[in-house]
Amino acid sequence: MKISTDEVEKMAHLARLEIDDSQKEKMADQLSHILQYIDKLKDVDVKGVKPFSGTVFAHNVLRGDEVRPSDGPDVTLANAPERDGDFYTVPRVVK
Amino acid sequence: MKFHELTIEAARKLLINREISSFDLTSDLLDRIETHDPGINAFITIDRESALEQAAKADKDIANNELSTLTGIPIALKDLLCTRGMRTTCGSKILENFVPPYDGTVVKRLKENGAVIIGKTNMDEFAMGSSTENSAFKVTTNPWNREYVPGGSSGGSAAAVSARFCCAALGSDTGGSIRQPASHCGVVGLKPTYGRVSRFGLVSYASSLDQIGPFTRTVKDAGTMLQVIAGHDPMDSTSAPEEVPDFSRAFDRFDTNALKGMTAGIPKEYLSVEGIDPEVEQVFNRSKKILQDLGVTVKEISLPHTDYVVAAYYIIAPCEASSNLARYDGVKYGLRDTSGEDLMDMYKRTKSRGFGLEVQRRIIIGTFALSAGYYDAYYGRASQVRTLIMEDFSRAFDTCDFILSPVAPAPAFKIGEKMDDPLTMYLTDIFTLSANMAGVPGISIPAGHSSKGLPIGIQMMAKRFDEMSLLRAGYGFEQTLCLDRQFPNL
Repeated sequence: MKISTDEVEKMAHLARLEIDDSQKEKMADQLSHILQYIDKLKDVDVKGVKPFSGTVFAHNVLRGDEVRPSDGPDVTLANAPERDGDFYTVPRVVK
Repeated sequence: MKFHELTIEAARKLLINREISSFDLTSDLLDRIETHDPGINAFITIDRESALEQAAKADKDIANNELSTLTGIPIALKDLLCTRGMRTTCGSKILENFVPPYDGTVVKRLKENGAVIIGKTNMDEFAMGSSTENSAFKVTTNPWNREYVPGGSSGGSAAAVSARFCCAALGSDTGGSIRQPASHCGVVGLKPTYGRVSRFGLVSYASSLDQIGPFTRTVKDAGTMLQVIAGHDPMDSTSAPEEVPDFSRAFDRFDTNALKGMTAGIPKEYLSVEGIDPEVEQVFNRSKKILQDLGVTVKEISLPHTDYVVAAYYIIAPCEASSNLARYDGVKYGLRDTSGEDLMDMYKRTKSRGFGLEVQRRIIIGTFALSAGYYDAYYGRASQVRTLIMEDFSRAFDTCDFILSPVAPAPAFKIGEKMDDPLTMYLTDIFTLSANMAGVPGISIPAGHSSKGLPIGIQMMAKRFDEMSLLRAGYGFEQTLCLDRQFPNL
């Protein structure tokens, strides 16, 4: 599988990344190289094989819906890049 | 007696007998770090004051006969384990100033057991890498030879234990990130079974593969650390309800016939992997002989899908990473770049400035493999291959107690040697990735040195929740070889 610089740009946008123009070609080359290697997965006979389900445990994990003490807004918001009182603030969303 | 030579076991004995104090031990190690770490760069953060406070508190506890498993023992943490009030960077600019409001479960358990947290160790950014060269802050060097990498991604923790900066350290292992640096630095590294140790408070990379485990100088110390951190945690829904055995039983006896009745399997596919260094092969063959002399039956087994492990892993891990790392958007914590005009600019500039190249590369691979039109061919297929890999392991463990293999195809490589070629770097993970894909435990134990004096380890993997077999076989092996008494001159 070969990846073009356009595809790098498209994927970068989906991932909310901004790849520098000077890096795009190198990134496309490296990704193509990696995906070419990964294409060997096509040789495996996976007919009827269940995909790994993401968990090795057969039971669901539940807990009671109970109120428990929490740290409160000052602790929680201590890492906020910007805040206004007990709120996080972000740049304008609607133009 | 030199403080820095003390293992957990030795330090604990001296502390209990009041022959040394935790304060003296801790301050001696802090001085050693101050003198020697500038050439090794094992640590990102050291909090001398806090460490000495914890040590003084431990001495008080000892005086009051309030002893826990790790009371007064200095331990380092990979900088992706959340520590309340202590910066946790994950080796990334994006979390450079992040101070967690809580302790991860393993950190909590270490503290409850009296450990002295001495500092936070360097790592490949977001644990993505095999050399610790991808840290946003510094490159850690191998204490045995500063021109070489310590391995990765937990290279700082491995180097810190190897350089005798602490009695033990914790790291995390998503595809070999504990076992490979342990091998390169000549220390013991244990990746427990997936689910054995809670991941709550571990900064996520690939959640179905990540697992926390110890770096120590001896197999016995690895058992002690595992005892403290293992066990079910309601805060992690993937943590296993399995009962935790008394791991000290693995060290009950040691004699020349200690491992009689155990069977080791050697996958025939591993022996034909291209590019195995002859010195690694030599060490491996000698290790096999040592185990046989201890009574282990060695037999050939087969893991038929070995050739596809690297390819499947480098789809699954980046897919999970691309999802996990979406949270670093500059809104609630971490870096925020406000040089643009709107919210979209903020997202993009924050991420692009905050993440290094390898992280961005893996996010893009993951985004690609999960995107419409490619999902089935990449993520779907890789997940099916993962099922086949797991089945290979289940079948293998029907006929052996543990699998014996090299840890890495070659000893540590030179700093800078593989930085421009990500695929070549990925391929060096061939022997370690499977344990994560199958969720089984694996241990790396020092087994020899190359002609250049670089350490070489061997790996043992066992079936899920059978760390006991690894500790038992590892202990017998270590007691025969006695490499735990060798360490680098700084």
